[in-house]
Amino acid sequence: MSTIAQSLNDGWVVAQRNLIKIVRVPEILVFVLISPIMFVLLFAYVFGGAIETPGVNYREWLIAGIFGQTIVFGATFTGAGLAEDMQKGIIDRFRSLPMSNSAVLVGRTASDVVYNVLSLIIMALTGLIVGWRIREGFLDALVGFALLLLFGYAISWVMAMVGLMVPSVEVINNASFIVIMPLTFISNAFVPTSSFNSFLKPVVEWNPVSAVTQASRDLFGNTGVGPGSDAWSLQHPVAYTLIWVVLIIAVFAPLSVRQYRLSAGR
Amino acid sequence: MSEPMISATGLVKRYKDVEALAGLDLAVPEGKVLALLGPNGAGKTTAVRCLTTLLKPDAGTARVAGIDVVADPATAKAKIGLSGQYAAVDEHLTAAENLVMIGRLYHLGRQRSKARAQELLERFDLTEFAGRPTKTYSGGQRRRLDLACALVAAPPVIVLDEPTTGLDPRSRQLMWDVIRELVADGATLLLTTQYLEEADVLADDIVVIDHGREIAHGTADELKAQTGGQRIEVVLSSPADSDAAARVLNQVAVGEVQVEAGGRELKAAVGDEAAGDLLRVLQAFEREAVKVLDVGLRRPTLDDVFLTLTGHESTTEQTEAQQ
Repeated sequence: MSTIAQSLNDGWVVAQRNLIKIVRVPEILVFVLISPIMFVLLFAYVFGGAIETPGVNYREWLIAGIFGQTIVFGATFTGAGLAEDMQKGIIDRFRSLPMSNSAVLVGRTASDVVYNVLSLIIMALTGLIVGWRIREGFLDALVGFALLLLFGYAISWVMAMVGLMVPSVEVINNASFIVIMPLTFISNAFVPTSSFNSFLKPVVEWNPVSAVTQASRDLFGNTGVGPGSDAWSLQHPVAYTLIWVVLIIAVFAPLSVRQYRLSAGR
Repeated sequence: MSEPMISATGLVKRYKDVEALAGLDLAVPEGKVLALLGPNGAGKTTAVRCLTTLLKPDAGTARVAGIDVVADPATAKAKIGLSGQYAAVDEHLTAAENLVMIGRLYHLGRQRSKARAQELLERFDLTEFAGRPTKTYSGGQRRRLDLACALVAAPPVIVLDEPTTGLDPRSRQLMWDVIRELVADGATLLLTTQYLEEADVLADDIVVIDHGREIAHGTADELKAQTGGQRIEVVLSSPADSDAAARVLNQVAVGEVQVEAGGRELKAAVGDEAAGDLLRVLQAFEREAVKVLDVGLRRPTLDDVFLTLTGHESTTEQTEAQQ
């Protein structure tokens, strides 16, 4: 078997194992699904009246931002899952088997896409209830969802490496919160780019979370009069998002596999 | 003579400034059992991890079934079944699912993995719970499953890291039975343990290690000859009788009589005639009017071996930091 085929084959076995956990521990799923609902409702009704989004209802405009944020947070699962496996000696077991070195990570990042698919579905339904609508074609919307999932998948590889480096699950949950909160708040996810001051504006414009949000917002037809910025990244958000996806996977997939190979376990 | 199934030469592994392995040599001939005996932090787990490709040694070589584990870890892994110190089974999967998953990761194929899982569940007395997630299992059941996981691919070499630590006596007995069966089937086995008794029961050959190096090597009988077999322990009513008691014990003791607790407690290793020795000691105490609170025969423990071999107790805290 070629290396890639073996990696996919072994990765599928690992992914199946992770998927069984989704079914056996439904509590996790409940939390995965409740927090996006909460975000949709909080932002729609707390900030809904306070934030100006020219040409479009704020609630409609907001949903793509919530999608973006939730997708990025979803990647934490990858890190937490690996940290837990590490703590419990499961990674040691895997490492003692003649399986592909990348399989545990390939399987984990793949099975975590399922969490993101489920939370996107729930958020979309909640969104429809509070007034979100898909204004462009259905196909465009699907591309928007696919782009979000792809971006989440890329971030999963970053979290995979972090998960293999930290001593416990608690650490990764706290650490990711500290990084992801500012990353998603200093973006156009919740507040239009035009309303940031000149110091933060360039950060917002080139933040990949802004790009993936803008891309799906465009594809859903929720942008209103425009991205509120002339930056290339927001004028070509799909291309800019894809560049980030490729870049992150190209850098972090090999680094994570290396970390996996070297991880001494505990 | 053919090459040993497991061999290590001059293994060295350092963690920061602690030398976990300081030039360890091991050799296990085909079909034999070697016990690596030592206290917590002696380097047992590090040795196991080096031999099973989980850890790269800083120096030395390790070969399993004729394969250099550093140069060709992938091939070596297929020859080794490892059961670690902490039962590393997925707690959300059932026993059967755990075993099938591992079979598939050994590339046995789905059908053969299932058949093999069924076989192992029966052999390890786990069929009754096979359909339940393993988090509902007892410690002993989990360990048995963990061992079963190591055997999925019927590897010629089996490595067990403290297979019975933390188990209750009944589970330990069950585990020993299973391990003995493996050996009867011809597997070559390396096991680590903190219990002299376990090494005695299971192993052909024992290597005692401390601070990452061998401090004694031999069969259980040879080690016992060095450390004495059973020991007589005496607690006196009054330390005033200490000298008289020591004189009596000296007549039956193998090696020196240890005097502790300000002269109130005495310990002496004795030879094969332990019961007769005890009787003679009691009679002599009677004659010399030595008053005792407690007298007993006790099997030697790792501590006794250590005390005899190194002159220090097998304290765990001094080396625990390297874990």
